[in-house]
Amino acid sequence: MIEIKDIAKAFNGKEVLKGISGTFKQGEINIVIGGSGTGKSVLLKCIIGLIKPDAGRVLYDGRDFYHSDAEMKQAIRREMGVLFQGGALFDSQTVLQNVRFPLDMLTNMSEAEKHERAEFCLERVGLAGTNDRMPSEISGGMKKRVGIARAIVMNPKYLFCDEPNSGLDPLTAVKIDELIKEITDEYEITTLIITHDMNSVMEIGQNVLFLHQGLKLWEGDNTSIAHSEVPEMNEFIFANKLLRDAAQ
Amino acid sequence: MSVIGKYFIFLGTLFRRREKLRVYWKRFMEECVGIGVNSIFIVAIVSTFIGAVSCIQTAYNLVSPLIPVSTVALIVRDMTILELAPTITCIVLAGKVGSNIAGELGTMRISEQVDALEVMGINSSSYLVLPKVLAAMFTFPLLVILSAFLGILGGYLAGTLTGVISPRDYIYGIRDSFVPYNIFFMCLKPFVFGFLIATISSYQGYFTKGGALEVGQSSTQAVTNSCIAILVADYALAQLFL
Ligand SMILES: Nc1ncnc2c1ncn2[C@@H]1O[C@H](COP(=O)(O)OP(=O)(O)OP(=O)(O)O)[C@@H](O)[C@H]1O
Ligand SMILES: [Mg+2]
Repeated sequence: MIEIKDIAKAFNGKEVLKGISGTFKQGEINIVIGGSGTGKSVLLKCIIGLIKPDAGRVLYDGRDFYHSDAEMKQAIRREMGVLFQGGALFDSQTVLQNVRFPLDMLTNMSEAEKHERAEFCLERVGLAGTNDRMPSEISGGMKKRVGIARAIVMNPKYLFCDEPNSGLDPLTAVKIDELIKEITDEYEITTLIITHDMNSVMEIGQNVLFLHQGLKLWEGDNTSIAHSEVPEMNEFIFANKLLRDAAQ
Repeated sequence: MSVIGKYFIFLGTLFRRREKLRVYWKRFMEECVGIGVNSIFIVAIVSTFIGAVSCIQTAYNLVSPLIPVSTVALIVRDMTILELAPTITCIVLAGKVGSNIAGELGTMRISEQVDALEVMGINSSSYLVLPKVLAAMFTFPLLVILSAFLGILGGYLAGTLTGVISPRDYIYGIRDSFVPYNIFFMCLKPFVFGFLIATISSYQGYFTKGGALEVGQSSTQAVTNSCIAILVADYALAQLFL
């Protein structure tokens, strides 16, 4: 479980996050939605420790990330897996090397164990047999899959995904969503997804937070989302005419 | 001014929270190939031609019958060892290696590869940059030794093939009043320049913000700043050590 409390962040005097709190439960898909530029990515970076918030706390199962010593931070980091927007694969390394990378750097496993674990994760995301391809030789959807494989290779307790299905065709997008859902259920991971794809929200969102101009305006599950009383959110989710018709 | 402060803080981060030594050894070897071995060709071409041209031009300028012909070789040798091999080679390397480093790190930054390292708990600046700096400081002196050798050889070939100097005079000239200390000075320069090029270019690349356009700008800036740093350091070293 991850709890965030009153996270605030300003860049050059411009407030991007104005005190955001929330709880992300274990074994659930937590989704943060919101329009472009509302600070979703900044919030994610604050949670995973890439940007230090000006105020607020981030608790990983009760451990306060920003008030821990270096060792505790390191321990928490080893329990996180992050899928970045473009996959963020190391482009000088093959697919297999990318997935193996955390094992090589952070564990003392034997060569055979590392190889087996990396191959297992690649298989898990449906990419068996692509071991020796370079990131530049695979499609965007495959990159995200490799990114997921790399994120889960260390058996994380917390999984973060920044726009896991942006830039993908609808079918591939749904497959990536399903994959994340399966992995979350299978390993009881606390998963946090940043997206503006309403499809994902309706399909897999168990706990949804709506951000608007740096504030959390709504929180709930995907079944009650269509009946919210928040005008900004209705405007956001019903921007899509199909959804609007479906709700009526 | 704040840029210089940031640069020194950046240098400090290279030595904090290091990873396993085995990891660095592997990265160091990779960078030696990328930075050193891959530069042999350009260094060889540039040095041979510069040696050849300086021999011909020196001979053209020395027309007095009072000066022995072997002086041409002596001048070529001293110019090569003191300035052409170390400084010109490093300027060429600033172009090749500097833009390469800044481009690579800039791309890694904007495609979030640097962030990916950081969230794994890896000190990205140390992991990515330190091996580059060490590899540059190790391979640049070797490249300069190669360059000096080829420069003097280039002078020999050009001088003897065009007949401005006989092989005997040339060999005599390059051995005449030779100062071994200059060789030490020749190797010291690329050691310093390698450090400057690698750290300045890494700094430019590592702190790239934005997109592909900014990566290009970082590369250009890396080369410009490296060249300026080399010339300033060249002057300072000459004052200090000669
Ligand atoms: N490092 C930074 N320095 C200054 N301003 C920043 C920085 N990072 C983000 N911002 C600003 O914070 C605001 C929120 O950005 P953010 O990337 O979080 O948006 P987002 O909600 O993720 O949007 P999108 O859906 O388009 O990705 C933007 O106005 C952006 O300009
Ligand atoms: Mg974003």
